[in-house]
Amino acid sequence: MMLRTVVTTLFVCLLFPLTAAAAAIETGDARLDAAFEQILDRDFDVKATGVAALAASDHPKTSELLRGLLEGRLRYIKKLKRPVWMQEQDGKERAIDAIDGKPLGEFSKRKFKKFPINNAMRGQIRGLVAAMELSNPDVGVRLSAVNNLLENSEPEHAELFARLLEKESNPEVREAMQSGMAVARLSDPDPAVRSAAISEVADSLAQPVRNRLTRMAAEDADPTVRGEAQLTLQKIEERVTFYGHIETLFFGLSAGSVLVLAAIGLAITFGVMGVINMAHGELIMLGAYTTYVIQQLMPDMLGLSIVLSIPAAFIVSGLMGIAIERGVIRFLYGRPLETLLATFGVSLILQQLVRTLISPQNVPVSNPEFLSGLWQINGVLALTYNRLYIFVFCLLVFAGLFMVLKYTRLGLEVRAVSQNRGMARAMGVRSARVDALTFGLGSGIAGIAGVALSQLTNVGPNLGQAYIVDSFMVVVFGGVGNLWGTLIGGLSLGIANKIMEPWAGAVLAKILVLVFIILFIQKRPRGLFPQKGRAAEG
Amino acid sequence: MFLMRILKNDRGGQVFLLVLLAVVIAVPILNGLPADHPLYLSTYTVTLLGKYLTYALLAVAVDLVWGYLGILSLGHAAFFALGGYAMGMYLMRQIGERGVYGNPELPDFMVFLNWQELPWFWSGFDQFWFAALMVFLVPGLLAFVFGWLAFRSRVTGVYLSIITQALTYALMLAFFRNEMGFGGNNGLTDFKDILGFSLQSDSTRLGLFIASGIALGFGYLACRALVKSRLGRVAVAIRDTEDRTRFIGYKVEHVKLAIFTFSAMLAGLAGALYVPQVGIINPGEFAPLNSIEVVIWVAIGGRATLYGAVLGAIGVNYAKTWFTAAFPEIWLFALGGLFVLVTLLLPRGVAGLWRRRGAD
Repeated sequence: MMLRTVVTTLFVCLLFPLTAAAAAIETGDARLDAAFEQILDRDFDVKATGVAALAASDHPKTSELLRGLLEGRLRYIKKLKRPVWMQEQDGKERAIDAIDGKPLGEFSKRKFKKFPINNAMRGQIRGLVAAMELSNPDVGVRLSAVNNLLENSEPEHAELFARLLEKESNPEVREAMQSGMAVARLSDPDPAVRSAAISEVADSLAQPVRNRLTRMAAEDADPTVRGEAQLTLQKIEERVTFYGHIETLFFGLSAGSVLVLAAIGLAITFGVMGVINMAHGELIMLGAYTTYVIQQLMPDMLGLSIVLSIPAAFIVSGLMGIAIERGVIRFLYGRPLETLLATFGVSLILQQLVRTLISPQNVPVSNPEFLSGLWQINGVLALTYNRLYIFVFCLLVFAGLFMVLKYTRLGLEVRAVSQNRGMARAMGVRSARVDALTFGLGSGIAGIAGVALSQLTNVGPNLGQAYIVDSFMVVVFGGVGNLWGTLIGGLSLGIANKIMEPWAGAVLAKILVLVFIILFIQKRPRGLFPQKGRAAEG
Repeated sequence: MFLMRILKNDRGGQVFLLVLLAVVIAVPILNGLPADHPLYLSTYTVTLLGKYLTYALLAVAVDLVWGYLGILSLGHAAFFALGGYAMGMYLMRQIGERGVYGNPELPDFMVFLNWQELPWFWSGFDQFWFAALMVFLVPGLLAFVFGWLAFRSRVTGVYLSIITQALTYALMLAFFRNEMGFGGNNGLTDFKDILGFSLQSDSTRLGLFIASGIALGFGYLACRALVKSRLGRVAVAIRDTEDRTRFIGYKVEHVKLAIFTFSAMLAGLAGALYVPQVGIINPGEFAPLNSIEVVIWVAIGGRATLYGAVLGAIGVNYAKTWFTAAFPEIWLFALGGLFVLVTLLLPRGVAGLWRRRGAD
């Protein structure tokens, strides 16, 4: 090796004496200078030694320099004999000293010379950088470094991980390193080691493990190892499919939660009071617009504005609901078809009101920090926070509403009036007031649903229309006058939708669900949970 | 004789038919006047009037089931649109080689989607008689199957309204899909001629207007005849007390099914006349809003009068044309306000006002 280097260097010196002489880099650190000189050598073996020497130097910038080398950002300027970062600014290239970070001024692009490297060296540098980052104090950096190494695993990594594991204290990183060690052993030349490694990775769901196993199952030299790989792979794939089902279930639950939220207010106004409120969708829309307005009022406090939007939307939609009840619906009790038409008129007016007052276009509503992001449960299962929150929120709203109806004075009166209006009045319940409050309650819940929807879909004047048919379907499917029916109905429709989506497509799945409900109503006209007893005859 | 019998005691109907007759005769004459004559009617107006007449026929169909049978259908626009699509498919096939891609067999959108041959459900639509048959059969069949399922299990009132709405909503979603083979989002358009007559020519447009007038007249008479018959009286009994009628021994389901299917066919005919006049049919026609709008025409005109439906349809649509041109912002306020005010203050519609005065 040494001899060859000398020969090559001589050869190069003879041919291009100027180049070799001018290429020397002076950083002030002898080890760095030597390393850079080797990197600039024409022989790739020499370059590789140079890179290794650079990595081995304990200079604080080492990791940064290696990364720069890998990404091609690190250049050098011959005249200055300094490695520099090339930065483009206003169409001109500026040089920043790579060692001390001082700006060196503008240079023409041609002056920035590259350090030529090849793919083998890229792999080497990547490994070196990862190895360096593996001992980085930051847990996140260590974890991603381990995962990077997993992607292009080599047998010698097993040793590296084993050494690092002795020092590592974070359980998450330890786990990743252990599986990294196993993956590295999967490519060990000894079949016994490989076979032992297979049983070690049997619990892993990581993509690199699966890739490696797939390759082994197809082409491993040793037939027993191949068989073991096939068996383990099959087991792992089964678990992956299982988690896939859980993911579908979760998507279904969150889609169902949206349906439940949209329908639950309707379950009160339609289910308990028997009023067809076609403006229900627009009450949802008002809730979403309330969120928008509050965000406009306090643009710097996204999280707080969402929290404040919930009561505000409840009040806005609730008051609008009371206004609709007092102004229109109370004249039409007992005439459901007329109520339907009149409230439809109200919905048109509300839509146009929003178009005129705010904008005919969709308005932007931003998501706060805590609603974005992923909850990575394992290699294949990740749940998005906004869908998780919407499910929890739906359950909370449902529980709250249930409590109100079950344990408060208002709830008692609402149930009394819905069961037997005449008798309730005889007992001293002011039924007109109860009607207005019940309608306000149902409408307010619609407003809250609007806050939730503003985080998931576009907020525009047509927001409500998109949900009105769905909401009615949920209530009718679940059984009128039954809150539990709405919850179960909504969630199961959401799940059914998501199960069908992969093979039928989103639109067809929706159509199939609609057709299913139409057929279901034929079979059970009173829904999933029909009311029993006297209330059913009303 | 027959006419005399069914129009007896139907003052509104008599007036309406006379006015219709007068309009159908007068419009071609006014259209034939020189363009600078003060009474000249442009072809644009003729087509607009023709469109109103098809809407009126749709409203009559809705009034038949809502006014006389008590079924508030929020999905009648679906039958209208299906009739329209049947006619649209015929018109599409008539384009032939004159399409943008010049394919003699396939309509443009199929060439665009790289389809190699005509789907089976398009076969036969190059024949007018077949398309005309389908205009009645497709909506009729859908209404029959849907009604058979719904009425048999006694889905009534609001529930029925909501599932009719779900029906039209589902159809809208389905027709928006390109894979359905009905032109997807864009629908069917760019028609050239009907029965060999160019759709752009004034005489064809006049012919379509007259056809719409005749269809409306006969549609009205058919509905009137139905209402005056024994079947019609049973229908009114069902509307008023369904259970009692059933206990007396009438087959409520059969009566409902027959009238509902007939009404759907009438709506299909209206759609078929509508499409060549407006020159396009797309999935937007299935939108639940359209069906509800038809109901409000009937409510404003006065339900259970039939001529009230015509009055409402033409009146509201004239207002819509005027408002959307003059104050586009206000139209939805006005329409919404009409819904609220008519249901609150005019439960029997405009025709109700007139009848009450007549009774005094």
